[in-house]
Amino acid sequence: MMSRTTLDLWVGIFVALGFGALVFLAMQVGNFSGLNSSETYRVEAPFDNIGGLKVRAPVKSAGVLVGRVTGIRFDSEVYRAVVDLEIDRRFEFPKDTIATINTAGLLGEQYVGLEPGGDVAMLDDGDRVLITQSAVVLEKLIGQFMFNRAAETPAQ
Amino acid sequence: MNGLAEVLRRIGAMSIDGIWRLGFASRFLVAVLLNSGQALRRLHLTVREVFFSGVLSLLIIIVSGLFVGLVLGLQGYETLQRFGSADALGTLVALSLTRELGPVVAGLLFASRAGSAVTAEIGLMKTTEQLKAMDMMAVDPIARVVAPRFWGGVIAMPLLAAMFSAMGVFGGWLIGVVVIGVDDGAFWSQMQAAVDFRYDIMNGVIKSVVFGFAVSLIAVFEGYDCKPTAEGVSRAITRTVVTSALAILALDFVLTSFMFRGQ
Repeated sequence: MMSRTTLDLWVGIFVALGFGALVFLAMQVGNFSGLNSSETYRVEAPFDNIGGLKVRAPVKSAGVLVGRVTGIRFDSEVYRAVVDLEIDRRFEFPKDTIATINTAGLLGEQYVGLEPGGDVAMLDDGDRVLITQSAVVLEKLIGQFMFNRAAETPAQ
Repeated sequence: MNGLAEVLRRIGAMSIDGIWRLGFASRFLVAVLLNSGQALRRLHLTVREVFFSGVLSLLIIIVSGLFVGLVLGLQGYETLQRFGSADALGTLVALSLTRELGPVVAGLLFASRAGSAVTAEIGLMKTTEQLKAMDMMAVDPIARVVAPRFWGGVIAMPLLAAMFSAMGVFGGWLIGVVVIGVDDGAFWSQMQAAVDFRYDIMNGVIKSVVFGFAVSLIAVFEGYDCKPTAEGVSRAITRTVVTSALAILALDFVLTSFMFRGQ
């Protein structure tokens, strides 16, 4: 039978290893140091078409992650999609910021891009981004292209 | 006609037996929880069980985690490079391990390594009438024998699952970056961009805690409930492994369907 101190030592090593593994997962594998802990403010952005945007999609400005999409709902009065953006408190954007829906790469995930305007007043909690640009729907784009080509070519 | 009645009678007996055992297991869980005071006050009883369930399972968990990671690295690379996205290997390895494979495979290994040992120990104590002897000495066997083993398992399981996932990620890195030559920076940065602490890692930890509860309860219950014969103990051990595996897989489906809805 093992003595109690050796046993305690082994259990101590075991528990330390277990928590070490958790810290490794949190720090190295996950993005614990990311946006989770810092304070955020929420703004709304209405879009005509959000394409394939998902909740928890990134919000980027100049390619840098500044927030996340926290909610998507349909406003049945104006028939538009309203997207809630949770933005890090450290980053402030002018009132006339333009929100666009972009795609990372050709087939990558969709994200919201923010392009700052020139207003002196800054967006704050509960504000609404007024200028938005919808997602590019590939089918519409192809349709338009084919239509234009057909219009250009004279009938035989 | 007589044969049909016999078959129906047997199905009825089996159903009643199953329901009776389920009820008994629930009452047993309540009894264990109510008698946990001693196991937590006299902490060395529980620490001793963490040693037997946790520390002695370390080797199998670490080796299995490493090999699962190595295989994920190979298979993931083989599939991903067809789509020209071998850089996403880190994401694939980390997400599959933290969300699913870590808790589930660690749980299955834990059930067969530690759960079966606990069942055998308690079953043999019952067979050799040590539990009855304790009762005679006014020592409650549930508080003295069962509760520490239950809590030992509940504590050890999430830690083992975390180690399994960490080793698996290391194994995936070993194959992907060191052997095959995926870019090191892309491996880690894509992983960190895709793995969310609360959504992916914490949900995996919650899963492993639930599996720890389920496996530990099944192990102590089967041991306590076994027929006090050599055959009864061996049957109880088999039942622990089979029931635990089924419980883990079924609970995993239920938990996954609540946690990861893919919004």
